[in-house]
Amino acid sequence: MRVFVVAVFAFLYLPIVLVVLFSFNAGHHASEFTGFSVQWYGKALSNPFLVEALKNSLFIATTSALLAAFCGTAAALGLQRVGARTRALFDALLGAAIVVPGVVIGISTLVALVQLFAVVNPFLASLWPTDQPPKLALGYGSIIAAHGLFSMALVTMIVGTRLASLDRNLVEASSDLYATPLTTFRSIVLPQIMPAVIAGFLLAFTFSFDDFIIAFFVAGAQTTLPIYVFASIRRGVTPEINAIATIVLCASVLLVLLAQWQLGRRKPSP
Amino acid sequence: MRRSLFRKNLVTALLLAPAALWLVIFLVLPFVAIAIFSVGERAPEGGYQAALTFAQYANLPARATAFWNTMVLAPIGALACLLVAYPVAYYLALRAPHRWRLILLAMIVIPFWTSLLMRTYAWMYILGGRGIPALLAYVGIEDLRLINTPGAVLLGIVYGYLPLMILPIYVSLERLDRRLLEASADLGATPLSTFLGVTLRLSLPGVMTGFSLVMILLLGEYLIPTLLGGGKVFFIGNALVDLFLQSRNWPFGSAIAITLVLVSVVVLIVANRISTRLSGARRVDLI
Repeated sequence: MRVFVVAVFAFLYLPIVLVVLFSFNAGHHASEFTGFSVQWYGKALSNPFLVEALKNSLFIATTSALLAAFCGTAAALGLQRVGARTRALFDALLGAAIVVPGVVIGISTLVALVQLFAVVNPFLASLWPTDQPPKLALGYGSIIAAHGLFSMALVTMIVGTRLASLDRNLVEASSDLYATPLTTFRSIVLPQIMPAVIAGFLLAFTFSFDDFIIAFFVAGAQTTLPIYVFASIRRGVTPEINAIATIVLCASVLLVLLAQWQLGRRKPSP
Repeated sequence: MRRSLFRKNLVTALLLAPAALWLVIFLVLPFVAIAIFSVGERAPEGGYQAALTFAQYANLPARATAFWNTMVLAPIGALACLLVAYPVAYYLALRAPHRWRLILLAMIVIPFWTSLLMRTYAWMYILGGRGIPALLAYVGIEDLRLINTPGAVLLGIVYGYLPLMILPIYVSLERLDRRLLEASADLGATPLSTFLGVTLRLSLPGVMTGFSLVMILLLGEYLIPTLLGGGKVFFIGNALVDLFLQSRNWPFGSAIAITLVLVSVVVLIVANRISTRLSGARRVDLI
């Protein structure tokens, strides 16, 4: 059995190792390793389209993860204070946000937003005093919102789990000692749930940074890194993509490790 | 008193409002929108034209291949995942040395959270002309086509979704009461019958969770069939991308999306039923 398990780990990591290895290949060809070089990293980072896509992805992932962490935490706290029926309704919607396939989230958001813009844009134009009214369109906003949906559900669940295991005696003790609800929240509840919030933020960031399919539908004229990579893969495998893949993989491994570490923290550091 | 109750409710409402708005605007309304679109007609220049017709649903057989591929490869893929995942979960939960357990578990989770696009791309690289086929040509096996086959898609599926299958099985095996295993052995059961009658039996809820989760996610898969199936192995996800972004037949695409969601719901309900029955059976067994 141990042999089998080792084989499965090899199966999981071998492709990743190969991509990383060949990103340092000096030659053009993917089949033979002709020497060590970082030239493909240089080529990747001096490609203006790629750098633009990377910047877009970083901006979108940061914004949507921040929004998701904020709204998700608020929702997890609010869900502690409502009746069973409201809770069940919320849980069902949050579960749906996680389970409904990305393709469906992408197309339904696209359809709804295009329809909404068709109503709102003429209305805005009729109100606007000058000839250049602002026009709502697909772009950063729609990607951030669509990514945030999944991420917010994730944060709500992670923080909710943490809240369920929170020591209630401390909260009671705090209010017995005449702390205001806000003080109790700031000094008792918040420090205890902070690792879960941070972990949720990091996972949300990773998800948004890695997501291809939702962004593919709602990006409009914008390009994110996965969309750029997908388009270049279809044009043919090049060592430059190996370099990008390596950078992205390293970044996401780092973030996931950070998130795991945060989740594993039992008590906040003093 | 009434004032403070009002304040408590106000705070609760304020806490829940952003999430509720988000869920309504970006989940409920879009879903209502595609439901409406699915009974509409395609406008001559593409897009949507209001109508009330079930023609889009009647037209579903036009994409029968995509449905067929998905409905065959999703359960087979989930089953293949299960067969690979079970021994790994078993080893991690019951055999691995204690201090290694969490590290190994983290090593399983990490790939799942890294880009599926990048990892699937790695397989294009390995299965493609310059990868394994080039190696095989060295030893005399020529012209073996690996990429752009259903087999390649299946491999990609197992690779991509394995961690998601291992986790729930691991959790159910980890919770297993070890005394039951000893009791079974004390009562003269062979290791095999202990495994079948106790271990496997008690881990079935985890198996069901993993299987239905992987199966549902596979129903909407797009990247793996695109990159490893190379346009030869179509999934429903591929049909949706084609209908929305290329042929701009939004009503038909919406009908397919609604069907996909309904199929997922049916899978979830069936899985839930089986799980309930399994845990019910377990309760009877234990008492």
